[in-house]
Formats: sequence, structure tokens, C-alpha cells
Amino acid sequence: MQIMKKRGLAMIKIIAWRELKNLFLSPLAWAILVVTQIILCYQFLSQLETYMQMQAKLSVLEHSPGVTDLVVAPLLGGAAIVLLIIVPLLTMRLISEEQKNQTLSLLFSAPISMSEIILGKYLGVLSFLMILIAMIALMPLSLLLGTAIDLGQFFSALLGLSLVVASFVAAGLYMSTLTKQPAIAAISSFGLLLLLWMINWAGNSTDVQDAIDKTTEHTLSWFSLLNHFEPLLKGIFSSTDIIYYMLFISLFLTLAIRRLERLRLPH
Amino acid sequence: MDKELLIEVKHLSRHYHGGRDGDSIAVNDISFSLKRGEVLGFLGPNGAGKSTTMKMLSGNLAPTHGSIKIAGIDLMDQPIAAKAKIGYLPDTPPLYKDLSVDEYLKYCAQLNQIDKAKIADALAVAKERCGLSDHGQRIINHLSKGYQQRVGIAQAIIHAPDIVILDEPTVGLDPIQMVEIRKLIKELGQLHSVLISSHILPEIQAICDNVQIIKQGQLVFHSSIAQLNQHIHSHTLCLSCGHSIDTEKLLALNGVNAIRENTSQVNLMAGSSESSIQPVNKQWRVDCTLADDSNNAHQEMMDIAQEVIALAVQEKWSLYEIYSEKNL
Repeated sequence: MQIMKKRGLAMIKIIAWRELKNLFLSPLAWAILVVTQIILCYQFLSQLETYMQMQAKLSVLEHSPGVTDLVVAPLLGGAAIVLLIIVPLLTMRLISEEQKNQTLSLLFSAPISMSEIILGKYLGVLSFLMILIAMIALMPLSLLLGTAIDLGQFFSALLGLSLVVASFVAAGLYMSTLTKQPAIAAISSFGLLLLLWMINWAGNSTDVQDAIDKTTEHTLSWFSLLNHFEPLLKGIFSSTDIIYYMLFISLFLTLAIRRLERLRLPH
Repeated sequence: MDKELLIEVKHLSRHYHGGRDGDSIAVNDISFSLKRGEVLGFLGPNGAGKSTTMKMLSGNLAPTHGSIKIAGIDLMDQPIAAKAKIGYLPDTPPLYKDLSVDEYLKYCAQLNQIDKAKIADALAVAKERCGLSDHGQRIINHLSKGYQQRVGIAQAIIHAPDIVILDEPTVGLDPIQMVEIRKLIKELGQLHSVLISSHILPEIQAICDNVQIIKQGQLVFHSSIAQLNQHIHSHTLCLSCGHSIDTEKLLALNGVNAIRENTSQVNLMAGSSESSIQPVNKQWRVDCTLADDSNNAHQEMMDIAQEVIALAVQEKWSLYEIYSEKNL
């Protein structure tokens, strides 16, 4: 049993490492790194500028929001939106391209299980995105040179961003197992993620509706990816939010493994 | 000593649902076995179910019914242990074309769980056997189709599996490459068991010890190549002569049944004042009747051929080619 476990981990590592290296072989990965960095850098600098202008007025207030609230949290929140668009581009080819080029049979005829294939691919793309997140995190950290930031809130927001991105990848990977066309995988995972992101808009618009509606709205907004991200951005660490993301990730990874198994079955 | 059974297939079937014609059966109740050191050929027209069978054997497709045992291990119950013993080349080689040959084969070796220390050796051996030693640094996409096929074969044998399954390995290759790949497969047959599919009879005859003919998903014929060759008798001699022949005299020979003139080969003579189309060589096909007893068929054909040659010499037909046409 112990040997089996060790073997499985080794296989996952091999597939993940290959996936990561493949990403860097293509110009897409480099382009994504550059573009996200430029966009977020611009956002960071413009927010910093606004903060500097408002600083004098803010300091008069009691409990005034600090640089972490006004610059760091919005930056990481913005990063999540940018990654919502970018992750589908990275996950689209994971399985669908292998299906299209008929290279999946290499993995199917090798002595590895379906879950090892899915987890390997998942962790490969995730580690690329972790590199991206680490580079984004360098921007707020650079503020430490001149001022103090709320490190607790910063790390909570960073954890939130990582969990959100990990969920994006899981959903994108599942979408990629459904079709042979990478473009279709990309657009459908983008659609799914956007829907799950804004599903709480319905939940927030609580105006004249009565209490019965309110519960359905509440249920809907519980499913929203954004709804569980916002508390973490504010530095409110709640295990419910963490469990939500864990459930989300495991659900889509399980679906992807099942889907891969079904590709071989009579249909 | 009885050789170890490496593949045992029992009552294997695969159905496909859907499509315009409703359900279809790609493979229907096939049973066979393969021993160590044997080369088994799967022969059949396109769409007969060869590829489907091979996909099932390699674990790429789950069968609807039946069981597959690889070296005694059930492929359905213990897929990982069973797959470790198989090397598989599908009809489209599963190549990551952005990688170099070395990178790709290294990844394959890792996927097949070769020890880290042994990977370099395994790579060198596989490349040498497939004639790729000088191509390690090349990007697969830049290689010719024949070399890509070799990389595909190298991928299938890199972990020295007991069983190598090759699905139409010579399709799309030029004749010289075909000969080389066939030679390679024959060599493989000495160390591994090989299962190969093809729709070309001479290829199977050249490579395999045993042959199975599959038609519309069913196994219609299974025998050794020696037996197969006995089933194939020639009834036709083809002769090419420089001059016209006297068909009457030929027909008078014992055993000669009918003669057909073959004037399909023509040559366009250009350059001369009057360009004309005229047959270059004259070919005749001589159908022979043989005695019912087929064991001596070969000998009988040789006797008739001897007589035909003697006649041609005597009549000065300038015979320059004679061969027997082989058909199944």
C-alpha cells in the first residue's frame, strides 16, 4: 500500500512537471505572464497614486482604511478577475488537445491511473499559476520598503486568490475533458466561471422582495465564487469559505476523473 | 517446453451505440492467445475491427463483453500491473510534436516507471534499435513520417515490455522504410511477443509466425503462416514476351485452361515523326487447371511453368518474364 502511494505520487509529479515544462515551451505562457504583469502593475500604481492623494484626508478619520485595504486588497481582487479570463486559456488544451492529437493513448496505455493523469495535469497548470501569483504578490510586498502593511490581511487575501485560482483550474480542466476542441473548452469554462462569479448579483439585489425570495437568493449567492473570496480579501478568515473552495475543487476533479474513465467505456 | 501464454483473450466483444445506423458491433466474440516469442499478425480490410481489438488489448477501450489476460493478469481488474507489460503503438503515433526525440522518449520512460538510473540506458537501446541514435536532439515535428513512426515504435519498446502491440506500423511509409520497419519488427519478435495488424498480406507473410484474419468483427481464419501459404495457390502464370505468341500451341499444353491477353501496359512514343501509342511488351495470363488435391499444387504449377518455358524457347517467342500470380 505504501509502495502504491509512493508510486502514484511519483507519477503525478512526472505528469505535472511535463505539463509545466510544456507550458514554458509555448509562447502562450510567457505572453500570459507579461500581459497580467503589465495590467496589474498599472492597476497597482494608479491605486497607489489615488491613495497618496487621499492620505491626508483619511488620516483625520477614526478607523480610517489603510494602504492594505485601499491598495493591496483591490489589487488581489483585480488579479482574480484577470485570471478568470486567463485560466481557461491555460486549461483549454489540457485534455482536449490530447484527444484531438490522439496522444491520450500514450497515457492510457502507460501503467498509470486516471486520477494520476488528472491530478498531474491539474498540479502542473496550478504550479504555473502559483508562479504568476507569486509575481503579483511581489508588488504589494514592495510597499514594505516604505510603509507597513497588514500582513495578516495580505496573506489571507493571497490565500483567497490562490484558492479562487485553484478552483478556476479545476473547473477548466473538467471542461477540457468534455470536448476535443480547445476553443470550445476555453469558452465554456470561461462562461461557467463567469456565471459562478456573478451568481451572487441576484443575491445582492435585495430590494422589495419578501423573505421567501431572500432564502433562495441567499442559497444562490452561497454558490458564488466571489462571495467566499470577499471576506478573505478583507482579512476575515472563515473555515466555511475554505471548505467551499475545497469542495468546489474536489467536485470538478472527481468529475474530470469520471469523464476520463468514461472515454474508454462503451457508450 | 511449453511457452508461457502472454495474451489470453476470451469472447471479446465491443459494441458501439448511436450513429445513423443504430447500434453496431465492431468486434464480435473473438478469442485467441499469444505465446512468448511469437509474432501474430492481424489481417483484415479497413474497418474490420483490427484497431478496436488492439485498443481493447492496450487498455484504451473497455470491452463490452469478454476478458483479457496479460501474462496471467486480468486487464480489467489490475489495469496498472497489466499495462506495465504492454507497449502499444496506435494507428496514429501518440507523439508530442513540440518535444525533441530525447525529451519525448524520456517522458515515456518515466511514465512507464523505469528507474531513474536506467533511463539513459533504456533511451540509448530503444533509439539504437529503431535507428534513431543520430536524431535525439531533433524536434519530432521536423522529422519525416517514417522517422516519426520509428519514434512511435521506440516509445512502445522503451520499457522492454513482454508484449508489443503495433497497429498498422507501416502505413504511409515509403518502400525502403517499410522494409526497415519490417526488419525491426522481426527482430522485436525474438525478444518480445508482437501483435501486429495490417491489411497487406505480403507484409504479414514476411513478418509473422501466425496469422488471424478478421472480417466484420469476427475471426474467420487462424493458422500459422506455413499453413496459410498452402491455402494460397496460384492458378495463373503471367508471361511477357517480345514477340506474339501462338495461343493455340499454348492451349494444347497439358493443364492450360485459358489464355487472356494483357495489353494494359502501353507506352507513349514521343519524338519520332509520328507519335504513336503502342504496347511495349505483350503480356499473357495463362490460367491453369490443377488436380483437386491441393497438397501438390505448388509442384504442379512448377511443371506447367517448365513446359511453357520449353515451348517458348522452341517457338522463339523471346520470353523474358514469367511468374505465378498469387491470390488468396
